Amino acid sequence: MNELIFFFNNVVVAGVVLGSIYAVGAIGVTLIFGILRFAHFAHGDMMTMGAFIAFLLAMAATALGITTPVVPTGFLVLPIAMILAAIIALGLDKGFYAPLRKRGARPVTMLIASIGVTLIIQGMIRLFFGSGTYSFFETEQKQLVRIPVPLEGVTRTINFTQPQLLMVLCTAVAVLALHFFLTRSRLGKAMRAMADNADLAQVSGINTKLVVRVTWIIAGSLAAMAGTMLALDVNLKPDLAFNIVLPIFAAAIVGGLGQSYGAIAGGFLIGFAETLAIFNWSVLLRPVAGSLPFELPATLAIVPTEYKLTVAFVILVVVLLWRPTGIFKGAST
Amino acid sequence: MALLDIKDVVGGYGGAPILNGVNLAIEQSDIGVIVGPNGAGKSTTLKAIFGLLKVTEGSISFHGEEIQNSLPDRLVPKGLSFVPQEKNVFTSMSVEENLEMGAFTRTDDFKPTMEWVYDMFPVLREKRRQPAGELSGGQRQMVAMGRALMSQPKLLLLDEPSAGLSPRYVIEIFEQIVKVNKAGVAILMVEQNARQALAFASRGFVLATGKNRFTGTGAELIADPEVAKSFLGG
Amino acid sequence: MIARRSLMMFAGLFVLFTVIGWFLGAANISLLLVQSFAYALIALGLNIQWGYGGLFNFGIMGMLMLGGAAVTFISYPVNAQFWGSEGPLMLGKALMAFLAGFLLVWGARHADRIGIKGRWKSVVTVIAWIVAYIVYRSQIDPAAAYIETAGGGWVGGLGLHPVLGWLFGGVLAAGVAYVVGKICLGLRTDYLAIATIGISEIIRALLKNMDWLTRGTLTVSPIPWPTPIPQDLQAQGVSISESFIYARLGFLGLVILVLAVAFFLVQRAYGGPWGRMMRAIRDNHIAAASMGKNVTRRQLEIFVLGSVLMGIGGAMLVSFQQIYDPGAYQPINHTFLIWVMVIVGGAGNNWGAVFGALLIYITWMISDPVSQWLFNNISNWSTDMGWGAIPEIQSRASQMRVFVLGVVITIALRYAPRGLIPEVVRREA
Repeated sequence: MNELIFFFNNVVVAGVVLGSIYAVGAIGVTLIFGILRFAHFAHGDMMTMGAFIAFLLAMAATALGITTPVVPTGFLVLPIAMILAAIIALGLDKGFYAPLRKRGARPVTMLIASIGVTLIIQGMIRLFFGSGTYSFFETEQKQLVRIPVPLEGVTRTINFTQPQLLMVLCTAVAVLALHFFLTRSRLGKAMRAMADNADLAQVSGINTKLVVRVTWIIAGSLAAMAGTMLALDVNLKPDLAFNIVLPIFAAAIVGGLGQSYGAIAGGFLIGFAETLAIFNWSVLLRPVAGSLPFELPATLAIVPTEYKLTVAFVILVVVLLWRPTGIFKGAST
Repeated sequence: MALLDIKDVVGGYGGAPILNGVNLAIEQSDIGVIVGPNGAGKSTTLKAIFGLLKVTEGSISFHGEEIQNSLPDRLVPKGLSFVPQEKNVFTSMSVEENLEMGAFTRTDDFKPTMEWVYDMFPVLREKRRQPAGELSGGQRQMVAMGRALMSQPKLLLLDEPSAGLSPRYVIEIFEQIVKVNKAGVAILMVEQNARQALAFASRGFVLATGKNRFTGTGAELIADPEVAKSFLGG
Repeated sequence: MIARRSLMMFAGLFVLFTVIGWFLGAANISLLLVQSFAYALIALGLNIQWGYGGLFNFGIMGMLMLGGAAVTFISYPVNAQFWGSEGPLMLGKALMAFLAGFLLVWGARHADRIGIKGRWKSVVTVIAWIVAYIVYRSQIDPAAAYIETAGGGWVGGLGLHPVLGWLFGGVLAAGVAYVVGKICLGLRTDYLAIATIGISEIIRALLKNMDWLTRGTLTVSPIPWPTPIPQDLQAQGVSISESFIYARLGFLGLVILVLAVAFFLVQRAYGGPWGRMMRAIRDNHIAAASMGKNVTRRQLEIFVLGSVLMGIGGAMLVSFQQIYDPGAYQPINHTFLIWVMVIVGGAGNNWGAVFGALLIYITWMISDPVSQWLFNNISNWSTDMGWGAIPEIQSRASQMRVFVLGVVITIALRYAPRGLIPEVVRREA
């Protein structure tokens, strides 16, 4: 039983947290692809930028004494960080992508333009923050939640941190809000319509420019949220983006590019796959070690921890070969 | 004053012009039909009205107001609606959501209009929750027309509404178009089934190489031996 | 007209290099020249893939790392301790396990010949993959652990000539590119971009963590030069400052020779029927396929060919720097930088790619000292104003390179989307 709780703490908790972060990031990627038809490579950097905005706000809030013992300051400032990130995302579109769109540039040119955006954001972040590592929890404690399991002989407790709990709640709220926006609101339906058939959306009189703006607002704010969550869970580095852009795109592609619900499912799939792959199965097998035909090594993981990144990629390749449009049917252009 | 008045329009996609002086006029009660050989600029004319390609010369006026090169989101509120030939429904969205998208520019309550559309195409009421992509070709065409009618247009532009439909559905669609017209919506449509369409047209336009060749009522054009010989297949 | 324009461009570039050389000194500019010409070869490789083939490769870094590992393995002196230990035998067993696993998977994929079809075949294939993976891991893990502790630390090199290492870099890159291309080339542009990024990240993860093969983050140095190194020249009585210049010029000569040969071959191939076919495939692969061209095959060719140049270029860079550090590779420095070179220079034009490589590399390198000078001035001014100095100017200035690169590609896309020396569109009747 103790082993099962270990499994729960290391796989289920970690998988849900990682999956939430990936899902929130992947929604932005998939929305931008659905509306603007290009893979937005700078999304990872938008996440990093959002996390740094939240970090600055949290520092400012702490300096001003605006803190509560209940909620970590990082979460307290998250809404403001999301609004700022949305404004910056609109600015990025206006400054970098809109002029190319006006010229009728091909999606691949937009893709290359997003390299430019990546480099500029990276450069800015490094200019101001150097290349060091930062933490949201320098002045406050990361609170641990321990839940004892009322069973005989169980000594381990179910463990997770308070930020992790809040992250999962935030993700649930964001996903529900997005769901109601897309299925109930006029603008949300217009977004789905434009992702489905942009020409017909235009002909119907849908204000496509407005839809594009809304897309950037949602993608930008969700990117800030995902980035901040990642920074709250681990820590904050300028090169956060490169480690995250691959699993996020894998999640979006696995779910079918353009499919919001697919991106959420893909995010959790990749999150769980990564935690399962690096889990040390020896711990689970230890009680039955005597009856195994082989000697149990100290660590028995499907892949060594250093190769965690490869898991997302292997899933991506398998899905692309087996079902190129993703598990849910993705956009075809 | 005509509802829609097109005078000497020249236009294209940036290269050589496709339209070389098109003249059309439609009254509120009309069903106008544009016929002609492939590449004559029939669909292009509709697109020019709807601001989807650049008009370099001439004028297009609607209700006496010049509208050339206005974008759809300005034209739809003025009372123009367009049903493209292909990909004219949102396949992943339900029938009802498709209709809602047609009413995007409206700020008032569109429920009565939706009821009106359902009354006109009762089969759509049955399938309102179904994704439009799962419907048959004829039903999709009804969704497309229903979507276009949701903005309460004064003039409906239809690009080959009968394309790809079996003969039985062609007749049905034409009947629906007449019904829509009787409800007070002017129609301007492009058709390949020229003879059949001209039969109920109050105005017919024969286009060739981006210019008008013949203009008249549908019956006049069918009766004209030259039109019959060159454009209606003898 | 275009030829005159390119000539002017190159003349301008020459002046730029001369001016910068005058500021930095001959030793520094010769260092920059060697590196920028090596990058020119890599940019040529990307130009083949993207400019000619329309293949979106975001995994250049992986190819450079492979080239570097290859030249390290070939040219670094032999590690006698490893060869005298159990290591080679254990590695041999791991290799056998790998081959056995490969055969097992191959067999499972052809299981339909013995009557296993459909769903069962998939099941058998998956089981074969799992078994092969376990068999391989059961051999390689102890071998790696042994070599890293008792078997001499790592396998060492072969002690052969560095130029052989460059060639092997090309071969290794070609082999990997073939496998990658087989899997990924059917994908659409965005998917291909992600897939290649993924592969280069995997290559990085492998080379960084396979300490028994590459020493990983412990790094390997000094890697020998194919030409005399400064110390050799000093032994012959050349002064220290001059020895660096002459040694680097010698290396530069070899790099330019390789570039010239590659350039000549690529240019010739592109002018011929092969190049026409490639353009046809890039511009409309559906039409080309309907005319009976084997599009996938041709794209694979071009992907492999481009990767060969990247592998050789990566090997040359490692030779020159004399150190192989898998931890030092970054997508910005080794993938995006090259993309900027090709886009700014002019995709589809070899002269453009070379021009772009030289221009962007020098821009990239001087952004650092220029920003430092700028920041120092601002800092002095703000100190005078009583606002205090800018902290950590040195590290901040070096980060400005990334920012400048981003600005450059943005401006290029906006105002010269076809590059400074654009592709010559031939009208073929």
